[in-house]
Amino acid sequence: MKRLRAWLVRLAGLLPNSRRERDLIDEIEGNVQLHIDENLRSGMSYLEARRNAILKLGGIEPTKEAYRDRSTIPFLENLLQDTRFSIRQLRKNPGFTATAVLMLALGLCANVTIFAFVDAALIKPLPYRDPTRLIGVYESIQLCPECPLSYFDYLDWKKLNHVFSSFDVYTGTGYLLNNPAGTEPVHGARVSGGFFRTLGVVPILGRDFYSGEDQPRAPNTAIITYTSWQKWFGGRRDVIGQTVRLSGVPHTIVGVLPRDFHFAPRGDAEFWAPLHPNASCENRRGCHNLLGVARLKDGVSVQTSLAAVKLIAQQLEKQYPDSNRGQGANVLPLSEVIAGKIRPILLMLLGGAGLLLLIACVNVVSLLLVRSENRRREIAVRRALGASTARLMRQFVAESLALVAIGSGLGVAAAYWAMQLLIKLIPADMMTGMPYLLGLGLNIRVLALFASISLASALLFSITPAFSSPLSDMREGMAEGSRGSAGNTWRRVGSKLVVLELATAMVLLVGAALLGESFYHLLHVDLGFQPDHLATIDIAAPEKAYATDEKAAALGRRVVTRAASLPRVNSVGIANIPPVSFNGNTDWIRFVGWPYHGEHNEVNTREVSSNYFRTVRAKLLRGRYFAESDDASKPSVVIISQALAKKSFPGEDPIGRRIGDTELSPKSIRQIVGIVDDIREGPLDSDTWPSEYLPFNQGPDNYFTLLVRTSQAERSVLPMLSAAIHQIDPSLGTLNESTMRERISESPTAYVHRSSAWLVGAFAGLALLLGVVGLYGVTAYSVSRRTHEIGVRMALGAERSTVYRLILKEAGWLTAAGIVAGVVCSLTTASLLAKLLFGVSSSDTATLGAVAAILAASALLASYFPARRAASVNPVDALRIE
Amino acid sequence: MGKKADVWQGTLALMVLKTIETMGPLHGYGIARRIEQTSGNLLSLNYGTLYPALLKLEQEGSIASDWGVSDNNRRAKFYKLTRAGRKQLEKEARDWEQTTAIVARFLSPSGEEA
Repeated sequence: MKRLRAWLVRLAGLLPNSRRERDLIDEIEGNVQLHIDENLRSGMSYLEARRNAILKLGGIEPTKEAYRDRSTIPFLENLLQDTRFSIRQLRKNPGFTATAVLMLALGLCANVTIFAFVDAALIKPLPYRDPTRLIGVYESIQLCPECPLSYFDYLDWKKLNHVFSSFDVYTGTGYLLNNPAGTEPVHGARVSGGFFRTLGVVPILGRDFYSGEDQPRAPNTAIITYTSWQKWFGGRRDVIGQTVRLSGVPHTIVGVLPRDFHFAPRGDAEFWAPLHPNASCENRRGCHNLLGVARLKDGVSVQTSLAAVKLIAQQLEKQYPDSNRGQGANVLPLSEVIAGKIRPILLMLLGGAGLLLLIACVNVVSLLLVRSENRRREIAVRRALGASTARLMRQFVAESLALVAIGSGLGVAAAYWAMQLLIKLIPADMMTGMPYLLGLGLNIRVLALFASISLASALLFSITPAFSSPLSDMREGMAEGSRGSAGNTWRRVGSKLVVLELATAMVLLVGAALLGESFYHLLHVDLGFQPDHLATIDIAAPEKAYATDEKAAALGRRVVTRAASLPRVNSVGIANIPPVSFNGNTDWIRFVGWPYHGEHNEVNTREVSSNYFRTVRAKLLRGRYFAESDDASKPSVVIISQALAKKSFPGEDPIGRRIGDTELSPKSIRQIVGIVDDIREGPLDSDTWPSEYLPFNQGPDNYFTLLVRTSQAERSVLPMLSAAIHQIDPSLGTLNESTMRERISESPTAYVHRSSAWLVGAFAGLALLLGVVGLYGVTAYSVSRRTHEIGVRMALGAERSTVYRLILKEAGWLTAAGIVAGVVCSLTTASLLAKLLFGVSSSDTATLGAVAAILAASALLASYFPARRAASVNPVDALRIE
Repeated sequence: MGKKADVWQGTLALMVLKTIETMGPLHGYGIARRIEQTSGNLLSLNYGTLYPALLKLEQEGSIASDWGVSDNNRRAKFYKLTRAGRKQLEKEARDWEQTTAIVARFLSPSGEEA
């Protein structure tokens, strides 16, 4: 308590106070006077009396000093003084300060921002109990290593395994939410009863599903997400027990999920309902639509569980050869399922940010060294006036602290801003697949990284000047125009650092160029149709009202007729899944009249209207398009893609052949009537799967996409389209109003490639800039130190061109070394990029050559200016510097 | 007169407080002289060290200071004991007596048998 009081008084003493100083002088001198008085009384002479008094006191100034030290906190007082002085010094040299601060801020901003993303996606634990024990469980076939399970397979796996403490499944679904305002399409998921218990998620309101609630006879219930609770029910607590109509079916709401709950594989699901196996897919062992999530038993590793489920899959293969031949098993840690795809990109970006920080630090160090070189005399003078090495060091520390404080302040503010910006740039569709990114922010881990970068750079910048400044030799520093050996050391170290910078810039440039080329290839990939002037809109029809195929097919025809009658519409088609969405929604087929050994012939299946191929302008290679008359009353027909024709009918004409399901059930037999050129159904960067197209009239769907070709700007017809659809039936839901070109450029693949190309490109641009600035700095420094030498050479008759050559040669060697090192590093690091590249090899020589040329040209430019200054040196002036 | 002892660590504050208690409000020089006299001139006190010590006691709230006029009409800062200072003095005096008593028992020849 007493101590604290004393400290507070001393802390207040840091404020300048002239009265205190006057009191101090008065008190000490008054007391000396009293002493002198007494000495005089005892008979001393005045001089003797005064001398004795001062001697007894121990000196007036030392006493004052001791008093002052006690009245404030000396360490802080000095620190304040140092800080004030360093800020004055930094302001005196705004060019240096601005450059150093900006570089540091840039490096920090890039690292903190990217790390925040890395943290949100890869480090922050998933919002489940003990998330490392959770795994995703899949069936696997050759074409698709992580594919859904069928309901019966799930039941068997659940019964037969001894490695999972619990095992549940989920699948996505769409609902039409009937509320007073109208019909809204919403996303949902159907899950087995223990799903949330397996994850270890407990509803914040209401209850979890009980086991058995997923059985067909159980009542329809739903658990809603927190956002859905806020959005549709205003966050009211009496939501529990309320009935909500989902696609016309009443569901009782039994629970609300926690606010931080997210489940990336079904990131957009707002309504979670119990599975209630349906008749369309979950009554057949061959129909795969359920994804598994399981909690490992204690002590069971992911590897062990993989082996165990593989064994079960083999057993089922023998037991049910018709449906399960070739069905393997696969498991993945749940963290991998959720963020596995984004990991390489994030780590690559983090690497880029790290390199940028490295370059920024190297440049600041080089600037600091040049600066302390220029301050040799100042430092030598301060030393001569009695500053100790520690005091000088403290000054350097204060200066670097001031630099780092300003730089990191700016950096973290910029990072905060950049995070908000980047998160807004992610399309909403992609965001639903990465809900964990919503937790992005300056949390404790991000701040810890920020603090450690700041501290490390402060430390680095504090010790840097000590390498160059004449802390030891005062006389050398005082000598006019001296050339310390330290300067030469820096020329050597600095050159090496510049080589490092140029190499780094080269690595990033090569990365950016390769990603840019990939993106270009991706956008110019052969689609098999013409994406321009196509407006698209998804339509969801309530299952109750359109329960039968006839009704659904009739709806399709009405939509097509209505849309085709609109102005500015040239042609109209519908498809249950539009192109460039995904490979999937497959059928296993078998050919009539061919030997069959249970081989897996899996093809994409799409149901399309008669005019679909003409609307998207797909090329018919043989046979005919569908006709409007190909409906349920006519024989079943199918159009196959060229890939399927080539794969299954090499050197034969497939027209007229018949396809069926694996059992060749009579209902499934269809005759091939045409072959179309491959349409890219899946993502831009994945191989085209063989596909079959069925007439929409013969196999309609309640959820389909309307595609409209127009001669106008395709966006302009969208409002008209959506209005027309609601005129047909107000209970229809419309969503994803967009154009084909937008769908393609916003598709996750295009987005990933575009954003990584842009981000790495931005890094590379900055790295190039910083590298060139670094080279300029070193060359300019070298020229300034060689002014005398150049003067002598010119006085002795050297031509200006010789001087140019002298300087450019020095810079040229550095550039060449940087480029060579860069090529070597690029070849090693680019192979890490291979996963992200498309249509371009990671060791593409043309790219390497072009990047090297750009780097060389920039470096030449950077060294040209110092060389010109060297060549324009006036020998007389140069020699007079001494 | 043999070698003078230095003022050892921690005891100066006690001496100052006791001196002010005995003498009433007093200026720095007076306190220094009084300490020397009380020690029978056995202590060598560097007067300069007194001022930071006084400041410390003042910061801790044990003494308070005020400007006044000395006997021979000189302006000087007078220090007086506060209530907290009186308590501190009592406590430190007790502690000191206890310490010396303990040390004394070690040094007295009869200490071991007692």
